[in-house]
Amino acid sequence: MSQVRVSTKINGDAIEFLCEADEPLLDVLRDRLGLTGAKEGCGTGDCGACSVTVDGRLVCSCLVLGAEAEGREIRTIEGMANGEQLHPLQKQFIAHAALQCGICTPGFLVAAKSLLERNSNPSEHEIRFWLAGNLCRCTGYDKIVRAVQAAAAEMRKG
Amino acid sequence: MPLDPQADVKSRKFKVVGTRPLRPDGIDKVTGRAKFGADATAPGMLIGRVLRSPHAHARIRKIDSSKAEKLSGVKAVITATDFVDGADLDKGTRDVLVNVMARGKALYEGHAVAAVAAINATVAKKALSLIKVDYEVLPHVTDVDESMKPGAPVLHDDLYTGGVEPKLKKASNVAFRHEFGHGDIEKGFKEADVIVERSYKTEATHQGYIEPHACLASVGPDGQGELWVCTQGHFMVRNTCAALLGMDVSKLRVTASEIGGGFGGKTTVFIEPVALALSRKANRPVKVVMNREEVFKATGPTSSTSIDVKIGAKRDGRITAAWSELRYQGGAFPGSPVEFGAMTAFACYDLENVKTIGYDVVCNRPKQAAYRAPGAPMAAFAVESTVEELAHKIGMNSMDLRLKNAAKEGTKSSYGPVYPPIGIRATLEAAKNHPHYKAPLGPNTGRGVACGFWFNFGGQTCTSLNINIDGTVALAVGTPDIGGSRASMCLMAAEELGIPYDKVRTIVADTSSLGYNDVTDGSRTTFASGLATINAARDAVKKLCERAAKTWGIPADAVVWEDGQAKPAGANAGNFPPLSLAELAANAANTGGPIAGHYEINADGAGVSFATHMVDAEVDKETGKVEIKRYTVCQDAGKAIHPSYVEGQYQGGAAQGIGWALNEEYIYGKDGRLQNAGFLDYRIPVCSDLPMIDTVILEIPNPGHPYGVRGVGETSIVPPMAAIANAVSAGAGVRMTQLPMSPPKVLKAINGKKAGKQH
Repeated sequence: MSQVRVSTKINGDAIEFLCEADEPLLDVLRDRLGLTGAKEGCGTGDCGACSVTVDGRLVCSCLVLGAEAEGREIRTIEGMANGEQLHPLQKQFIAHAALQCGICTPGFLVAAKSLLERNSNPSEHEIRFWLAGNLCRCTGYDKIVRAVQAAAAEMRKG
Repeated sequence: MPLDPQADVKSRKFKVVGTRPLRPDGIDKVTGRAKFGADATAPGMLIGRVLRSPHAHARIRKIDSSKAEKLSGVKAVITATDFVDGADLDKGTRDVLVNVMARGKALYEGHAVAAVAAINATVAKKALSLIKVDYEVLPHVTDVDESMKPGAPVLHDDLYTGGVEPKLKKASNVAFRHEFGHGDIEKGFKEADVIVERSYKTEATHQGYIEPHACLASVGPDGQGELWVCTQGHFMVRNTCAALLGMDVSKLRVTASEIGGGFGGKTTVFIEPVALALSRKANRPVKVVMNREEVFKATGPTSSTSIDVKIGAKRDGRITAAWSELRYQGGAFPGSPVEFGAMTAFACYDLENVKTIGYDVVCNRPKQAAYRAPGAPMAAFAVESTVEELAHKIGMNSMDLRLKNAAKEGTKSSYGPVYPPIGIRATLEAAKNHPHYKAPLGPNTGRGVACGFWFNFGGQTCTSLNINIDGTVALAVGTPDIGGSRASMCLMAAEELGIPYDKVRTIVADTSSLGYNDVTDGSRTTFASGLATINAARDAVKKLCERAAKTWGIPADAVVWEDGQAKPAGANAGNFPPLSLAELAANAANTGGPIAGHYEINADGAGVSFATHMVDAEVDKETGKVEIKRYTVCQDAGKAIHPSYVEGQYQGGAAQGIGWALNEEYIYGKDGRLQNAGFLDYRIPVCSDLPMIDTVILEIPNPGHPYGVRGVGETSIVPPMAAIANAVSAGAGVRMTQLPMSPPKVLKAINGKKAGKQH
């Protein structure tokens, strides 16, 4: 079986990789590139644990092919902090105890960042519906919503 | 066990316990750095995959794996014969052996029958398709009531109902009959002015942890093995795997990865022995990761149940008799949590006459595993729904009826023991005094209240605390951190040593680095590992005082420990400037070498816990859809070590209960196959389904813990289904008796009522 050669940009770095034609982007990130921050919770696009952005668009990386990354710009949880400087969402998730086990956390953070890039002052309703594609089984979402609200407020202050 | 008197706990001024510091694993978890079960790799690693039965019940005539073995890239194929024969195992472990890999019969759809290890997932998948299994399909049964009927297909021809006299002569699917209670039921019902009797059914639900089971096994030709695994108990994994593979316990080192949720579902083994057997055969590291379909079909959901309840009371609301018969299927093997259901059903109440009977039933479904307060939520759903109806029939406020009958210190519980100080009344009063209780209700909205109880557990625990050379502290515990427990351990160690929280680092040590620890279950970690941490710190403090005494040349009992420093006990002891923990640590080499504290215990006194939940549910009478509008949890924590994570446990339990109440269910086809093995069709609550969940933490100290801690993780899932059923019944105007209360069921009940029928 011949593999596909892909040139892409991940978290700002130019990356080349070979993958199978039917290989999900999630498997490429995790198994070929060592970026295990995106998690596989379902493999069917139902849990959001594998959330990344492709050219700024929020996607489940289990439903995108590695080959589709050609010429695109991918951002993952590993690229969210600026060096030692955590993103306000990352800080507020810790401060608000918005994670228990933490397996869903990377997906929630990537999804929430995507929301705040589009809407700097989302209502609770807007936050809940934007994050409805990310499953968390531990928290009941209460502290997650509060952390996103706090991060949004922090970011609006600048 | 050395314990502080209760009075000390109540008056104690804590310095760091009860504060809300940042969790020590926070940065790893928000940056993607934390390593979970599937995140590990090893040089030369193979990928393992499991072949599973497509049939609910079938005899395995023959397995031909010759073609798979010949496929290029396949390094090992295993079946049941690659494990011990099980003759020397106890019954429970033998059931695990048979569940891990079918022998003779496949007992449910998804039952493992063979496994392969190959150079990659593509080859492994192809190899599975080349294994030919010759099945003789047998009749199956998946419903608990059907499974108990005479003439039902019998799963095990050597299973005879336990707990009955005389012994039965015929094998059946009823594994055990349990009975609890006291007093005279007949007399109690004769005294009653009002009696309510109802039958209920609940569907099986899955714990739904977002991280599928995953492990990486490596066994060398010398028989030494390593296992990296997401589990609630790596010591349990080690002991069980060693038994199933015929290994020495000492030769298997198990390391617990970060764990992406468990809720009881990761308290046993599934793929771990398989990965080890594949690795042993291939002589290469093997990684096995389940997909979500496998998690649903082949791990351990909780029981589906069928429950009858009968309660009688006087006109003034005093309950005179309470009776229940509970029937739980636990999948293909004995061990459903019906015993816990029968024990907890009436545990909230002070009853003169009470009796519960529980039947543990097997059927062609995956072997159940623990799910958060196993067995209790279903019983609470049935009992608290009946209590609500009883109050309505009497014409009494149900909160007042619960308060009138609430158990208290000195009450003989329905399952036997007499209660020490408990918090049921306090949680009911907190709910009654909460603004939620008096808030106006919208149209088609009902308010429901329910109570819940859980035992909590202590168990075997071993902890080590090492004082580092710079005065920081390394704490090693053996209980996997499933929801922030490392933060709580750091808090308790810091409190006891008198040093800042961030000077303590807690790790979950592997099985070769610490004595045996029971699984993280039974809400035991903050209680038991916390108790062991506190006592290990006290052991270290004793040694620190001895080192100070040695330095000063005074007797050890003339030294006290205050605010992180050794001080002379008084003027008579001498006049020495205090020695801090850091100073004593720096000089340890000169005073006797390394300083460490240890503690080992089989902890008793876990302290039962109660909760009262209150919920407003709006019913759409056209579609049957229910929306949760407001939710309040009032629960006794004994002492909240890190209140944010206590609140998190309350909120998480409530959310899981909402899913169980409204959406979640295992749906089986006539063919005995699961029809909704994915998160799309098995729908757990999402963010837009829920409101904020308000919490009230009550602190009635547990006399069994130095700081008064009670477990908090499980009680929070006990009341929700009953509270929501009471709310939906009020909103819909018809009593709901089956879970989940999904739109079709609610609509059917509403329409049935219009047509004059009850549901």
